Amino acid sequence: MITNKIAKKRRVYISLMSALMTISSLLTCALVIFLVVYVLAKGIPHITWELLSTKPSYIKDTIGILPDILNTLYILIATLAFVLPLGVGAAIYLNEYATNKKIVTIIEYAAETLSGIPSIIYGLVGMLFFCQFLGFQTSLLAGALTLVIMNLPTIMRTTQESLKTVPQSYREGAFGLGAGKWRVIRTVVLPGCVDGVITGCILATGRIFGESAALLFTAGFAHALNGFFEGLTSAGATLTVALYVYAKERGEFEVAFAIAAILMVLTLIINLAAVWVGKYFKGRRNI
Amino acid sequence: MTNKKRLLENIIHGIFLILGLVTISFVLLISLYLIISGIPAIREIGLIPFLFGKTWASTGANPSYGILPFILTSVYGAAGAIVLGVPIGFFSAVYLAKLAPKKVKFVVGEAVSLLAGIPSVVYGLVGMLVLVPGIRKVFNVPDGASLLAAIVVLAIMILPSIIKVSITALEAVPKDYEDASLALGATPTETYFRVSVPAAKSGIAAAVVLGVGRAIGEAMAVIMVSGNAPNMPELFQSVRFLTTAVASEMAYSSGLQQQALFSIALVLFLFIMLINATLNFFLKGNKEK
Repeated sequence: MITNKIAKKRRVYISLMSALMTISSLLTCALVIFLVVYVLAKGIPHITWELLSTKPSYIKDTIGILPDILNTLYILIATLAFVLPLGVGAAIYLNEYATNKKIVTIIEYAAETLSGIPSIIYGLVGMLFFCQFLGFQTSLLAGALTLVIMNLPTIMRTTQESLKTVPQSYREGAFGLGAGKWRVIRTVVLPGCVDGVITGCILATGRIFGESAALLFTAGFAHALNGFFEGLTSAGATLTVALYVYAKERGEFEVAFAIAAILMVLTLIINLAAVWVGKYFKGRRNI
Repeated sequence: MTNKKRLLENIIHGIFLILGLVTISFVLLISLYLIISGIPAIREIGLIPFLFGKTWASTGANPSYGILPFILTSVYGAAGAIVLGVPIGFFSAVYLAKLAPKKVKFVVGEAVSLLAGIPSVVYGLVGMLVLVPGIRKVFNVPDGASLLAAIVVLAIMILPSIIKVSITALEAVPKDYEDASLALGATPTETYFRVSVPAAKSGIAAAVVLGVGRAIGEAMAVIMVSGNAPNMPELFQSVRFLTTAVASEMAYSSGLQQQALFSIALVLFLFIMLINATLNFFLKGNKEK
């Protein structure tokens, strides 16, 4: 046995480090399991059809989260509709057009800066700029536009990464056949970066579902039931904001846990989707 | 190429250039807005009384706007989260990057991603109902909503960033280094801690700095567990952070009080910028090697 020949001091060091690694890893896993099980166990019993399908009523003293679910979807759709062209366009510029290294560095630095800014600051600037300066008032649209700025770096990064995996020879082939730059981008480059765009969408969706601080002052916390376009121009709480309001201001913990369980399931689905998309496209690339 | 076609190409180039520059304009927009709206209150209150004043009584008859309690709470909170979170994250990362079997690595990796994806209000809710009563019972204090509760929640919330970034750094260590150490007779555990970790140290430092950034910037989870009274920070006291100071009074503030909140946001922004610069320093050091 080799271990017998190792000095005692070294053996102590090795077993200490191994123990620390095991404890830390187990602790991390235990934390995740506890959080998931606790939230689901406390929340799922309170998810009823009535809760999901009605709006809050003061007369009947019932709470329904249908408006919050719809608001979350509206904000998601509106944000993605704005951020996708912006993010993909910026990534294409950086990867396909930009020749000036300085501009590339500055844009990338700006994107990094954006992804480091805390969401409460986004909320504040969103309130000042979209709600007050541009006159959108407290509305889902103002919230969505704030989220556009927040999610731009994510979409840019994932698109850029997948653009880099499109082989240079494809572009050269297309140029060689006489295609112009725009045609090459449209027919060769864009189809090649679909996986990055989808991954970006999934990550952004997760972030939009989870965001609360940036929406509190931009989208507000009303619970009115609205159609899509009507909804965009009026104030409304998303699921996370509703959770905060119910838990912190109203002490309705049963509803809060029901929303938390829904959010937890959504987070699980989003993470699985990200893994699945990654695997699917990797498999296709290798063919 | 015909003239028309060239014109089209130029227009499209222009459009993409604008899309590329949008990012920069967003950063400028945010900085400008924060500076313009943050300066007036600092001017009125005075920089020193604002930054180093120990009492915040924005709604009193004789209002006083000192944000030292918030600054110190944010700094202590982040430091506490780092002290708790970094060791756990670091050792987990070494295990996952170097020793874990492929399947374990995948499953735990996904669990960590899940931790990163859970909305902060959910952390806040669980903290409110598990951690806060727990602290009250264990330490026998009148109210568990305290700096300690916030530190624990923050430590859990920064774990994913620390683990992920450290794993990336550790995996980038050239295999030759490790092979050489193993060939000299060091055991795998010794190799990973004495060769791989020092080689990945700037990446791990970046992970820690990223964790600090997350901890300073977090608002919603903290507002739910920290009690929210503007006290000077103490472990078992109800406290208010820079982020939660903005969040908790914004809804009903006006006049100088609201302007002071913008100034707090400006201070927070400067903190984050400083942290970002540090982060870039470490990441750059990593690349150059």
